[in-house]
Amino acid sequence: MRNILAIWQREMKSYFVSPIAYAVLTVFLFLCGFFFYSILSAVIQSTMMQAQFGQGSQPVDVPGIVGRSFFGTTSVVLLFMIPMLTMGLFAEEKKRGTMELLLTTPVGIVQTMLGKYLASLTFLLIMYAGSGITIAALLIYGNAEWRPILGGYLGLLLYGAALLALGLFISTLTENQIISVVITFGTILVLWLIESFSSGATGVARDVLNYLSVIGHLDDFIKGVVDTSHIIYYLTFAFVGLFLTYRSLESMRWKS
Amino acid sequence: MIEVEHLSKVYNGRRAVDDISFRVEKGEILGFLGPNGAGKTTTMRILTCYMPATEGTARVAGYDVFEESLEVRKRIGYMPESPPLYHEMTVYSYLDFVAKIKGTPSSKRKSHIDEVMQKTSIGDVRNRVIGRLSKGYKQRVGVAQALLNNPEVLVLDEPTIGLDPKQIFEVRSLIKSLAGSHTVILSTHILPEVSMTCSRVVIINKGKVVAMDTPEGLANQMKGAERVALLVDGPAPAVHEKLSSIDGVLGVSAEEGKNGQPSRFTVECKLNTDLRRTLAAAVVSQGWGLLELRGVSVSLEDVFINLITKE
Repeated sequence: MRNILAIWQREMKSYFVSPIAYAVLTVFLFLCGFFFYSILSAVIQSTMMQAQFGQGSQPVDVPGIVGRSFFGTTSVVLLFMIPMLTMGLFAEEKKRGTMELLLTTPVGIVQTMLGKYLASLTFLLIMYAGSGITIAALLIYGNAEWRPILGGYLGLLLYGAALLALGLFISTLTENQIISVVITFGTILVLWLIESFSSGATGVARDVLNYLSVIGHLDDFIKGVVDTSHIIYYLTFAFVGLFLTYRSLESMRWKS
Repeated sequence: MIEVEHLSKVYNGRRAVDDISFRVEKGEILGFLGPNGAGKTTTMRILTCYMPATEGTARVAGYDVFEESLEVRKRIGYMPESPPLYHEMTVYSYLDFVAKIKGTPSSKRKSHIDEVMQKTSIGDVRNRVIGRLSKGYKQRVGVAQALLNNPEVLVLDEPTIGLDPKQIFEVRSLIKSLAGSHTVILSTHILPEVSMTCSRVVIINKGKVVAMDTPEGLANQMKGAERVALLVDGPAPAVHEKLSSIDGVLGVSAEEGKNGQPSRFTVECKLNTDLRRTLAAAVVSQGWGLLELRGVSVSLEDVFINLITKE
């Protein structure tokens, strides 16, 4: 446990002395703010139009729509951001030769892996906290329902946890950060686009493709529905990622 | 303390280490000598549990490096060929991190780090960022990292590379001062380093042990004859003839001086005889000028070159 904490601390420090963390954080928050603003103005405009032409017989849930679209957009932005959080985690260690230090001190592979994984997860939480400012505006000024918002964040957290584990694994495969980020991004994109292939498929194939899609499982969370099957999907995803990371680190001894 | 038995490592069909066996006793400093690519680093990586051997066993402090890797890693301090440094960290925070993962209790950590920084004389850069340090400092931070948590065994892969002469001297004295309390394996291809610091030498070439002895023992082994060098002012052919006629002289080689300059002679004498007095008397009795006379010892360099070029 102490070793995990030591690795976690070192990793957090190194996030914040490198410009990458600031760049990722700035771009992410800017995009969140930008999309929030554009979604909000689009929704308001359309409701006003509806009111003008007298078609709006039933009231429109503005904060609800804005919240849902916001979480949807954020999940796409994360697609680009998450590979950058994990790209260096092991690739840099391999390149600098510090992997030799980690593997020859009493700290175990699992502890190293968990320390790094938790650090990337912590950084993701910091990003989410930053984006929370806009959501807070919805809650305070828009009388938004808190359940979908809480659900949305829980979904994004699980979604992030799954993708970070994947990125961590890919980072063990190379000592080049660029290769690591490109492969991670490509893999996530495929897992994301799988859903669109499913429309052409039928029967079991369609169900399987739908199930594998990393983004499909997020919809219910955003609607405020917390379904255990989705939680299990993301946790399994993260577990598989960590397991592959573990095996890859273990095999490093054999290959090197 | 360290027992290596029939160790081999195969990389892509090439035997980097081929059936190596040696032992290091507690408190000893063992020099690991060999040309680049001889298998020094590979052997050290196996000893430090970084990679497993293909065949054979290695035990450190009684623990098998493969079966009981954790116990071995707790007892070993390793400084790889390129120091494993995080360039964005300061020297102190780096050492603090390494001390933590090596399990130094937090109450002792600060004083222990100060002690190690003093030993390696890096106290003046404790708050500097590692990436901005000179090579000499980086190297010493690497050594400091290996010393943390007082390991029983130290494995140092070319610890003095990239240092200036004064720093080399300091690191060597540091390593020497570790003898007795620590067991040290030191790899190098700098020969004076071995004769100065090590109590025993293992010479490896192409993955095989070619010699194993004390530095003096190795020099003696190689010595086929005693040699004496002379610088004589006199007619070279006559001097050559005179020297060759002395009892106990096996051979004389001459390097004639140009334009009446004194000539150099190297006289090979029978083993364990000291002919320096006889040679001097012989030269002087002929009225020639004896300008220089000294015994020539076989250096470790000769041993090394001889051993690795044997094939």
